[in-house]
Amino acid sequence: MMDFVLGHYNYWIAIFLMMVGFYTVISRGNLVKKIIGLNIFQVSVFLLYISISTVQGGAAPIITEGVALYSNPLPHVLILTAIVVGVATTALGLALVVRIKEAYGTIEEDEIHEQDHSL
Amino acid sequence: MIDLVINISLLTFLAITAVAIVRMTNLFAIIMLFGMFSLLTAALFVVMDAVDVAFTEAAVGAGISTVLMITTLALTKDQDEKHPGCHRPWLPLAVVIVTGAALVYGTLDIPAFGDPDAPAQTHVAPYYLEKSIPETGVPNVVTSVLASYRGFDTLGEIVVVFTAGIAVLLLIGGRHSTSKNKKNKREENDA
Repeated sequence: MMDFVLGHYNYWIAIFLMMVGFYTVISRGNLVKKIIGLNIFQVSVFLLYISISTVQGGAAPIITEGVALYSNPLPHVLILTAIVVGVATTALGLALVVRIKEAYGTIEEDEIHEQDHSL
Repeated sequence: MIDLVINISLLTFLAITAVAIVRMTNLFAIIMLFGMFSLLTAALFVVMDAVDVAFTEAAVGAGISTVLMITTLALTKDQDEKHPGCHRPWLPLAVVIVTGAALVYGTLDIPAFGDPDAPAQTHVAPYYLEKSIPETGVPNVVTSVLASYRGFDTLGEIVVVFTAGIAVLLLIGGRHSTSKNKKNKREENDA
């Protein structure tokens, strides 16, 4: 039982972080905070992938003499790409926030809806 | 054993930081906490033997993201969340709990953390580990997969970054010293 909990702790924390990010995105009205929630969601996915790539007793995947066991390099590559793409989307989202502030004078979602009479 | 202890305490810190981020209302403090969150993630990646990912996360996640968010804060001049409380907190909370429970149910079948015989470890990874030196001559397998075996993937990544850069420039590039903007500011001051 203890082994099972320790062996799945990484996955559960990743899911917990994912849900914290998801909650921030759907329940908070401030646009900057929404983007931070999206970032937390993203980091949880990175954590899940890197957890899966880890091998107990393995070394970092740099070929060295005398080392036989390495962790899996493929998820590392995928997550390297994902981190860079993630910061690009964050920059785009924040640029939209700046434009919304210029156009509406606020970054609170309900105030924007009031001005649009859409809610 | 010590690895496991560090791993579990860092993960717990990470969870605590995330909850603090959700509960705080001062945006500047939230952004600082987010920088800390990224740095903790980077430390966790080092413990899990993903050194390349760790320094990318430390540079890009903790560095560039934080700078971008602080710049946004400086441009929007909104320091605090105005309506921190949600009108109906129960609906999002219920959605989150149901989704989380379904995902946790999904993890019950996943091989335990660090299992060397897991399917993820036995399929394509051994090929890269064995052939990287003879085929590409690069000892760092992450580099050889990134730049050689899956070079097109990296090309796609650069296209995405380029597109995002162009979009950001189109949205806010050179807009902050225009006369229209100054007029808006003057009107705000008059009102």
